[in-house]
Formats: sequence, structure tokens, C-alpha cells
Amino acid sequence: MSGILVLAIGAIFVNNVILSRFLGICPLLGVSKKTENALGMSYALIFVVVFSALLSYGFYWLVLAPLHLEYLALTSFILIIAAFVQFVEMFLKKYMVGLYKALGIYLPLITTNCIVLLVALDNVSLGFNFLEMLVYSIAVPLGYMMIIVIFSVIRTRVDGNHKLPTPFRGNAIALILAALMALAFVGFGGLV
Amino acid sequence: MKIKEKFKIITSGIIQGNPTFVLFIGMCAVLAVTNTFSSAFGMGLAVIAVLVLSNVIISLIRKLVPDDIRIPVYIIVIAVLVTVIQMFMEAFTADLAATLGVYLPLVVVNCIILGRAEAYANKNTVLDSFLDGVGTGLGFMAAVSMVSIIREIVGTGAFGFTDPFTNTVLFQVQLFPQQYAISLFVQNAGAFLVLGLLVAVINAVSNKIIKKRELKAAAKKVPAVATQSEAGK
Repeated sequence: MSGILVLAIGAIFVNNVILSRFLGICPLLGVSKKTENALGMSYALIFVVVFSALLSYGFYWLVLAPLHLEYLALTSFILIIAAFVQFVEMFLKKYMVGLYKALGIYLPLITTNCIVLLVALDNVSLGFNFLEMLVYSIAVPLGYMMIIVIFSVIRTRVDGNHKLPTPFRGNAIALILAALMALAFVGFGGLV
Repeated sequence: MKIKEKFKIITSGIIQGNPTFVLFIGMCAVLAVTNTFSSAFGMGLAVIAVLVLSNVIISLIRKLVPDDIRIPVYIIVIAVLVTVIQMFMEAFTADLAATLGVYLPLVVVNCIILGRAEAYANKNTVLDSFLDGVGTGLGFMAAVSMVSIIREIVGTGAFGFTDPFTNTVLFQVQLFPQQYAISLFVQNAGAFLVLGLLVAVINAVSNKIIKKRELKAAAKKVPAVATQSEAGK
């Protein structure tokens, strides 16, 4: 049980997917200008990561491993993710219009979000069992959500600051803010 | 004239359409693999290879692929290419492949490659797409090289390059004693910091160039306006 807890804390705080593994930077710079967008993106991401991780994990152990086709993992995972996102989009559009309006615009962006593929690949290459896979797939996007929400709050204040020199406005200051956050998160280093 | 146009395709990928500093796409790799120049250079080569091949293949099949399913087709083409490159690197440059780790398969979701396929290769001829792949790839290579050289020199005080095929150190120069190096720069925070500062410098320089051009254009207009107003008097 403690192994599971360590795995979750490690994935959320210590090896945070944005600050220490540098993934999902494009949405960090693009979507994080408003807190509500950051939250919407995070909910959509958690949903997609968990279900695509389940699908790809199942596909790997039920189809690829028995047939010794492990080298097809990358190609099949990206197909599973793309197909799943497309399917969810169509399903929500037809049956859950409210949810579609809330999450719909973020879904196409998520297909090319590295985090979804990273979790699918990690689940297989780190040799997780089913429970560990599930915990890891929830913890990684949770860590993402924490950072992107904090980041958007800081950013709304910084972007309104007119004393900021012109060349630093926009993405330059956002990257420097991320550097300061990464420095703060070094403090979690010895935790796990 | 023709050659000049072709050359322009390459330079526009490196300067006006630089994927990292202008378009801000494919940032994950720029941050993740730039703690040493050797690994950044290896990643740059891998991205150039995938980008050029995917641009050429997608340009070749652009008339066969139905419009509705073009994105999944592109993703499969890119995923297969990345798998091939990954196998090649694991066979011939095993240490480099181990250093790049999960970032090598993640080239599949690097927005630069899908972006060029969608924005350029599916509309243009094979030769133009090839040149665009080379140009954009070199733009990425230039960005990762710049970031990694700064990080390696400030972070370790040294600069070196290891040949990925034979694993021999080709050269290694200690520029200043290691005790004066700021190790922050080779850590995670350093990646964000160096990239942020570089983006700010590039913004400042390009703002200055734009201003100079505007002044020049204004200077050309001013005498004409002045003579007109004098004539009016």
C-alpha cells in the first residue's frame, strides 16, 4: 500500500510532469492565460489519460505481448489515443452537449499532448501491475493540473503588469516564471 | 531566380518561421534534452531525419489520401518513421538513445512534425516539402544547440562533444574552473530560465530590426511629403 502512495506522490510532486519532465509545455504557454481554461484543459486531460492508459495497457498485454509485437507499441498507442479522443468527441457532441461545450475545444488539442502518450508508454516500460498503472495514470495528470492552475493564477497578475519590459512580455516571462516554480519544486527532491 | 526561391524555403524555416523561437511549438524536446550539447545535437539530428522523411512521404501520398482521414494517416506515417529511427539509434548509438530516453518516442507527438505535414507538405511538391523539412529541422537544431551550449558552458564550465556512433570524446574544453560554474543551469529550472532569456533577447533584437525598417520606410516617404507641402505653400 505504501508503495502505491510513494508512486502517487512521486508522480505528482517529485517528478512533476511539467517542471521536471518538461512535457505539456505547449498548453502551459497557450492555455494558461485564464484559470478557467486551465481547469477545463486539466479535467479533459485527466479523463483522456486514464481511459487511453486503460485501453493501451489492455491492448499491449492482451494483443501485442502474446504475439511478440512489442515494437508496434508506439504506433498502436498513438492510434488508440487518436481514435479514442475522436470517439469521445463524437459521443459527447451527440449525447452530452453541456459537457461537450465545457471540454470540447480542448479535446483535439489533447491528441498531440505528449502526456497522454508518455503515460501509456511508461505504464508498459516501467512494468506496472494493474493497480500501479491506474494510480500512475491518475497522478500524472493531477500533477499537471496543480501546476497549470497555479501557473495561470500567477500569469494573470504578471500579464497585467505594465512595468514589464516589452521583450519579456508573453512567453518569455512565462518561461522564467516556470523556472522559478521549478526551483521551488526542487525542494520536493528528497521526498521519495 | 529559381534557386533563390528554393533557398528561401530553407531560410524561412530557420529564421522567420523558427519552430522554437517564433512559433513556440515542440518546446518539450527543447527543454528536456538540452543539458549537454551532445544529446541536444543527437535529438536535433533525429528530428531532422523524421521531419524530412515525413514531409517527403506525405507530399508523395498527398493526392491519394482522402481529406477526412488525413490526420490519422499522417500520425501513422510519423509513428512508423519514429519507430524506425528509434530502432536505428538503439542499434548504432545506444548510449545516445538511452540518454534521450522517452523523449525519442515522444517525437511522434512533437507538434513541429505534424504541423509541417498539415501546413506545408500536403499542399506542395516533393522537392519543396523536402527543402521545408530541411529548413524547419535546421531551425529546431539551431534552437536546441543555442540553448544547450549556454546551459553546458554556464552550468559546468566546460564544453565538449561526444561522437554518438563510436562514443569517443571528440573534444572537451574547460573554459573556467568547475567550482565557479552555476549548476542550476544544467538542472531543470535552468532549462526554463535559459529559454526564457533567449526568447526575450530574440524579441528585443527583432523589435529593433522592425523599428529600423519602419524608420527607413518613413525616411523614404518624408522628403516626398515635404516637397509636396512646400509646393502647397
